[in-house]
Amino acid sequence: MKINLNGKLVETHCHSLMDLVEEQGLNPTSLIAEYNFAVVKQESWGHIHIKDKDNIELLSFVGGG
Amino acid sequence: MTKDLLTLGNKTFSSRLLTGTGKFASKTLIAPMLAASGSEIITVALRRVDPTADQGNILSHIPDTVTLLPNTSGARTADEAVRIARIAREAGCGDFIKIEVITDMQYLMPDNYETLKATRILAKEGFIVLPYVMPDITITQQLYDAGASAVMPLGSPIGSNRGLEMRSMIKRIIEISKLPVVVDAGIGRPSQAAEAMEMGADAVLVNTAIATSGDPALAGKAFAMAVMAGRMAFLANLAGKNHLASASSPLTGFLRE
Repeated sequence: MKINLNGKLVETHCHSLMDLVEEQGLNPTSLIAEYNFAVVKQESWGHIHIKDKDNIELLSFVGGG
Repeated sequence: MTKDLLTLGNKTFSSRLLTGTGKFASKTLIAPMLAASGSEIITVALRRVDPTADQGNILSHIPDTVTLLPNTSGARTADEAVRIARIAREAGCGDFIKIEVITDMQYLMPDNYETLKATRILAKEGFIVLPYVMPDITITQQLYDAGASAVMPLGSPIGSNRGLEMRSMIKRIIEISKLPVVVDAGIGRPSQAAEAMEMGADAVLVNTAIATSGDPALAGKAFAMAVMAGRMAFLANLAGKNHLASASSPLTGFLRE
C-alpha cells in the first residue's frame, strides 16, 4: 500500500503506526505523530492500523525563535 | 518597589526577557543560557522529522519551570498556523503560542492579515496568543479585539541585529496598546533591548543575538540586565531631552557673587 508520509508517497507494509516509526528508523521519544490530521498519543501508536492512502505526519520540536 | 510582574494570559513572570532556541551551536548551551539570563519563556519550532538529522529532543534541554512558547514558523496561511498551534498543544506544550505567518520570503516580514485570522481562531480555543506582527496601530487594536494576549511588533528584520528600526511605530503602539507589547526580532545588542524597555515596551524577545554569540550564557545575562535597567528607567519616568544646557551645579561663580 501507499501512504502519504510527511508529504511524500511512500510504499509500506507496516501494520501499525509504531511499526512505521521503527521502519523509518526514528527515535520515538521526541516524536509527534499526526494520523489523518489528528494528533495521536504515543501510547496508541501500536493500535493505529495503517491503511492505503493514509496521511501521516511525523514531527518533532526543533530550535526556533 | 512592589513586585513588577509581566502578565501574559493567565500567567505572571518576573523576567521580561523572552528567549528562543534557534541557531544555538549546541542544544546543551540552552539550559545554561536560561539559568544565567533568568528568562522564563522560550520559543521552540515544530517541523517534519528529518531521519538524517540529530534526533535529540530539544524539550529535554528546557527546565520544567520555563514556559514553552511554540511558534508557528513555516506557516504561510492562518490555517497552517492554527494547525501547528493545535499540534503543539496536543503534544503537551501548553497553551502559549507565538503566531508567525510569513509569506514574504525575501525580507521575512510577517503577514498581519493571516496572523489576525489565526489569532481570532486560536484565542477562541483558549490559547494564549502572542502574535508576531509588522508594527501597525490598526493591527494592534484588531489583535486586542481578537483576543490576543500580547502584541509582538518587530524591531527590525528577523536575525538582522539592527535594533529598533521601527522605533517610531513601536512608540505609537506602546502609547495606544491595551495589550502587553513584546518587541520581537532584530534586537542585536543589550543597549537595543534597554532602549525598547525605556520606551515602555513590556518585554523583548531575543534569540539570534544570544544564540550566535560566543558565550550565550553571558550574552543572556547581559540582555537580562539591560532589560531590567531599561524597565527601571521607564518606571522611574526619566526626564526628556533639553535643547539647551541645564546646569547640574549652582551657577554662581566659586568665591564670587
